[in-house]
Amino acid sequence: MGSIEANGKNYETDEEGYLADLNTWDKDVAEVMAKLDDCELTDNHWEVINFLREYYEEYQIAPAVRVLTKAIGKKLGKDKGNSKYLYELFPYGPAKQACKYAGLPKPTGCV
Amino acid sequence: MADFETPELKEYPVIPHLQEGVMAHSRPFVAKEEFQEQLGFPGELVDNWEQVALDKMKELTGKYRGFQVFLDSCVKCGACTDKCHYYLGTSDPKNMPVARQDLLRKVYRRNFTFAGKYFPKLVGAVDLTKEVLDDWYSYFHQCSQCRRCSVFCPYGIDTAEISMAAREIMDCVGVGQKYCNEIIGKVYKIGNNLGLPQPALLDTLEGLEEEVEEDTAVKVRFPLDEKGADILVVTPSADFFAEPHVDGLIGYAKVFHEAGISWTLSSHASEAANFGMFIGSYENMRKVSLRIREAALDLGVKRIVMGECGHAWRVAYSFLNTLAGPFDFLDPKYPVPQHILEFTHDLIQRDALTLDKSANDDMVLTYHDSCNVARASRMGSRPGGQFTIPRDVIRASCNHFFDMPQDTIHEATYCCGGGGGLLTDDLMELRVKGALPRMEALKQVVEEHGVTHMNRHGYFSRRHGKERSDVSPLRRG
Repeated sequence: MGSIEANGKNYETDEEGYLADLNTWDKDVAEVMAKLDDCELTDNHWEVINFLREYYEEYQIAPAVRVLTKAIGKKLGKDKGNSKYLYELFPYGPAKQACKYAGLPKPTGCV
Repeated sequence: MADFETPELKEYPVIPHLQEGVMAHSRPFVAKEEFQEQLGFPGELVDNWEQVALDKMKELTGKYRGFQVFLDSCVKCGACTDKCHYYLGTSDPKNMPVARQDLLRKVYRRNFTFAGKYFPKLVGAVDLTKEVLDDWYSYFHQCSQCRRCSVFCPYGIDTAEISMAAREIMDCVGVGQKYCNEIIGKVYKIGNNLGLPQPALLDTLEGLEEEVEEDTAVKVRFPLDEKGADILVVTPSADFFAEPHVDGLIGYAKVFHEAGISWTLSSHASEAANFGMFIGSYENMRKVSLRIREAALDLGVKRIVMGECGHAWRVAYSFLNTLAGPFDFLDPKYPVPQHILEFTHDLIQRDALTLDKSANDDMVLTYHDSCNVARASRMGSRPGGQFTIPRDVIRASCNHFFDMPQDTIHEATYCCGGGGGLLTDDLMELRVKGALPRMEALKQVVEEHGVTHMNRHGYFSRRHGKERSDVSPLRRG
């Protein structure tokens, strides 16, 4: 168990820095998490993060990588609907790194 | 990435000098109370844990004959010492299989053998202390249960069995591993390791249908929970979720489409992986397996086919009938269960699939034998089928295939780092270091033959209207 501070507020996290409670998420904590990884969140990052949060709200799970690339391709153009683009944005892996900034739990299993 | 040294890939494998205790710090996260309790284990270290552990050890030696034989029969010949990828990659002597076994054996001797009870120092017997338990937690989570050492042991001692028993004992005293136990809980609650609920599965599969149709103009179906289908396909949930795993699933759908056989996935049994084996828990392994039986009965299928996953195939091939049988309600003409590669191989033999090998001419392939498929199960009706069937399928679908060196394939295959419940980021140092022997073997075929892709199993995915085998980087154990 750990915690992370953003704008004077404390957010409880798990051992790996994922938010313990999805409902405590806000944009400030996402920015701070990204900064810890030396990552500056641009509009392109936010497109992904927002999609993850919407999808999670509907399905209670992060989208499959193929679902994510397809959705991003539809929104931002076909040239961006691929894992290469997502890995450029989230070099530690879109499923893990983007989920973390979006406040979602880490995907479990053989991934 | 974490602060550890990535081992250098050498031209020839080198057995490293010992560095005592160099991996003593490696420990996966401990499971929280909620993850323990959903599996029927105590939430934290119980008060009389020493006694509980010894009682459990006694129970397991009585229940599993092999376990007792393995504890009694080691003669310290040393044949196993340089056979473990974790020893070769880390140099820690406790990662030599004999030393790993001895962590448990020395406590067994102290409590259950005459010599150990009365002359402990003479036979290296010790009492179970907190330090010993800590060592167990650390080093029994540095064994991927790949069984490579057992191939070279003149007594056939299987360190995997000892690791599994050790983890079962630790779970029973309240010290479980987060990665495995959280995941097993998700299977009970939702149906798969990733926690993909039925609506998410449906959405994902619909997306795949659209995608395949866009790519090929062929309407290939990805059915879910369809009653009356002939075949229930059970595959790891990573196939729905991750890249490049999903290419495997797409391949299966295309093979079934071409074969014209009706099939379905199940949301209830949407997981082939069975982490109950990694933690050595018969009860949990059984509970996970029973979901396959329940789904098969509920959907009224005639056959069960397993998707690619090494340890899932071991559980399915070796234990499914014991755990969840009898399967007398299925069609007796077919093996229960059948591997997707057996199924595909059979179609190729009967010329029921049209394959255009030249579509794969941009790739040079090699094949990684999964440990659990190679050493803990079989495939097809002939001895060694687990080695020939995957290679036959690859050769039928591509022109350029080269095997890695002989002492790193077939029954001597090296671990890919995916198995044994160690595929978790809190063990990244171990994973990187343990990959050394496999990476050295891969490097050799890359340099000698220009290999571009390592195939874990023969996958098919049709692009641009042609059949092609799609390959993915090595992931699974």
